[in-house]
Amino acid sequence: MIRRGNVTGPVLGALWMIVLSVTVAVAMSFATGQAFRPSIALSIVWGAIAGGALVTVGRGRSVRLGILAALVIGGALGFGPVLVGPETSLASRLFGSAMLAVSFASSLPSILEEVKPGILNRHEFEGAVIRFLTGFGYIFFTAIVMIPFYVMVMTSLKNQSELIQNPLDFSIDLSKGAELFRSYDELFTQFNFGTYLFNSFFISVLTVFITLAFAIPGAYAVARLRFTGRAAFSRSILLIYMVPMIVLALPIYIAFSMTGLRNSFWGIVMIYPVTTIPVALYMLQGYFRGLPSEVEEAGLMDGLSRLAVIWKITLPLSLPALASVSLYVFMIAWNEFLLAFMLLDDPSKFTLTRGIASLNSSEIPRQHLMAGSVVATVPIMALFLGLEKFMTKGLTAGSVKG
Amino acid sequence: MADAVPPSGTGPLAKREARLAWGLLAPTITAVALVVILPLLAIFWISVKPVKLADLRAPEVVLREDLRGGPEVAGDEATIRYRLRNSSQDQPILAVSFSDVIPIGLVVQSVDERCTLDGRNLTCAFGDWEPGYRETLTFPVLVEQSYLDSGQSPQDSEATIEGRSSNVLTNDSFTLENFARIFNGEEFFEVLWVTLFYTVFGTIGALLVGLFAALLLNKSFRGQGILRGLYLFPYVAPVIAVAFAWLILFDPFSGSANALLIQMGVTQQAINFFGDRPLALIMVTVFEIWRYFPLSFLFILARMQSIDTDMYEAADMDGASPFQQFWYLSVPQLLGILSVLFLLRFIWTFNKFDDIFLLTGGNAGTRTLTVNVYEQAFAISNIGAGAAVAVVIFGCLLVFSLFFLKFISREEGL
Repeated sequence: MIRRGNVTGPVLGALWMIVLSVTVAVAMSFATGQAFRPSIALSIVWGAIAGGALVTVGRGRSVRLGILAALVIGGALGFGPVLVGPETSLASRLFGSAMLAVSFASSLPSILEEVKPGILNRHEFEGAVIRFLTGFGYIFFTAIVMIPFYVMVMTSLKNQSELIQNPLDFSIDLSKGAELFRSYDELFTQFNFGTYLFNSFFISVLTVFITLAFAIPGAYAVARLRFTGRAAFSRSILLIYMVPMIVLALPIYIAFSMTGLRNSFWGIVMIYPVTTIPVALYMLQGYFRGLPSEVEEAGLMDGLSRLAVIWKITLPLSLPALASVSLYVFMIAWNEFLLAFMLLDDPSKFTLTRGIASLNSSEIPRQHLMAGSVVATVPIMALFLGLEKFMTKGLTAGSVKG
Repeated sequence: MADAVPPSGTGPLAKREARLAWGLLAPTITAVALVVILPLLAIFWISVKPVKLADLRAPEVVLREDLRGGPEVAGDEATIRYRLRNSSQDQPILAVSFSDVIPIGLVVQSVDERCTLDGRNLTCAFGDWEPGYRETLTFPVLVEQSYLDSGQSPQDSEATIEGRSSNVLTNDSFTLENFARIFNGEEFFEVLWVTLFYTVFGTIGALLVGLFAALLLNKSFRGQGILRGLYLFPYVAPVIAVAFAWLILFDPFSGSANALLIQMGVTQQAINFFGDRPLALIMVTVFEIWRYFPLSFLFILARMQSIDTDMYEAADMDGASPFQQFWYLSVPQLLGILSVLFLLRFIWTFNKFDDIFLLTGGNAGTRTLTVNVYEQAFAISNIGAGAAVAVVIFGCLLVFSLFFLKFISREEGL
């Protein structure tokens, strides 16, 4: 029954119209703060008619233009799939309905590409369903990923009273100029974020170097050298990986309290690398195993010692892996929250994550909290986007703790 | 001529190699032992000790010293006063004594009977002190000109204090009360149930959503790289940043999500997403799925791209529909990575602390075992009970790990 073109077309059309009208309504609300509301009933009617027309009449240009025009006019007159409030401005009303019309009229014909009137075979039917699901998937994932970050950035640019007045209004008044970045300015001038940024950076870089210094020889030994207990060792690395941080954090807190290492830079720098060494070791040994051992043996034959072989042959060959591991370790150290939160009380020694936690109080306006979050997120994102290839490889290689 | 026999046992070369290997591993082993093994042992020790947060500071003698009488010219009389007390309200200090140096130009007139004065060196011994004990010593002194010239005061010379106190962490008092406390009552079962719910649904949800995302991106088109990068954002961003972004997005009073839902007519009243049972638990699970689907997505995508395309072409020729291809070809190929991911993520979700702690602080029925460690140790200030919960967690993990090791040696792909 559902596999008849006359049924599949309208059903998929209606569903697709619901998806798009909800998307447009949410997008317009978030962009302008004005009242947009998808009407499910109207969406079904519009989508079903359009889907039916596309299947029975054909996907010719005139049909597409007809759908486009009908949607724009219907939207402007107020009975389109997206309803608007009375105070919504004409411009955004027109923009919204045009956006919906264009996206719908351009995408539905390709979703219903193989759908013809009459009985469909499984291929044609499932192809159409998959194209619909793909479109839905792209919109869904992009929305769920983008919305929290969008809210984070936009909130940091607004002020408390604007936010409470209309929580949906994320439009920013560009005429305010530098005043927009006031909360960032205050973070750096009054809340010491410059110091936190530096602390985080310094600790993360130091963690990367210490981790590599420990993990490279260890990984080499596990990957290349034969000794009793090798298998057991490489397995126990994975096990250590599974001990929860909070279980370790408690005794570490006690030990640090008693020895006075709490609240010190060096205490943190001592702990962070140990949490990352097992991962780094595991990632690196996998890579070292993949290197041809003949090259190293040639080096040994020519009279290099093992250590010289590591330094002069293995390391230069594994630079890409080292880059992945370094990035990954940097990310762990940069994002680390629990230990910093438990071990640091002195504001002059805070890392960024600890600094953001200290902003979470009712006395501090929340655009500061969001501005702090943006400050912590942007560097790691920039690093990630710039070196995405290494990062992705590192994440998969390390089977990654989270 | 003797027959050639292959060498048996370990030769000197092999021995040297093993020595080098252990040498290279030694720093790692030491560091891991210090920061992982030692704390784990400590957790077991602490879990049977009656330790409170306040006990972490050992009882000590607090000493204050001042010169009273305000001498202005040589020949004035004044008093040096020492005020001492036991800082602890419930622990004694044994064999308390202190020694100090009297500044030049102050001549001590008379000495308390518990003290001896040798030249300018003053030594006093008090014996044992009860909890909260206080003591005040005064010494009349005659001021000479050299004192006034030197501009020193008695506080400038630091007094050295001695005294033995027993520390709860190292003494021999043990208790099982910590365990009795955490296993007691329904609270523990609620915590267990919440942990189970969060772990199971968080893991499965992240896997399924990740699978869906991987299916979407398993074809090459322009912008595929950008989308892949974008979909990794939730995982790469600092947890504290995204957790607060969620809190603000779903704020019951001024959150955009509520405003949106009300405007769309889904709800009449604002919903308290992170404050109501059982919604809060569902929300933290959704957050977990949101934050960790990128990871499963990445692994599944990597596996998918290594599947041979010939197979799909053959299936196409045989008339298999897209869903049939997915179900009969892709799923069996992905089963290995899916099960490894499930086990790994299961353990790590079980271990998760930061996310729930930041989102709800363990309130509104979202207290998992890991949050309970923090709650017991720091909110209720009972370190011993916190350690007991940690021991329970460790026990669960041991079981998971045995299972995991058995499985991963079979799967060995990761």
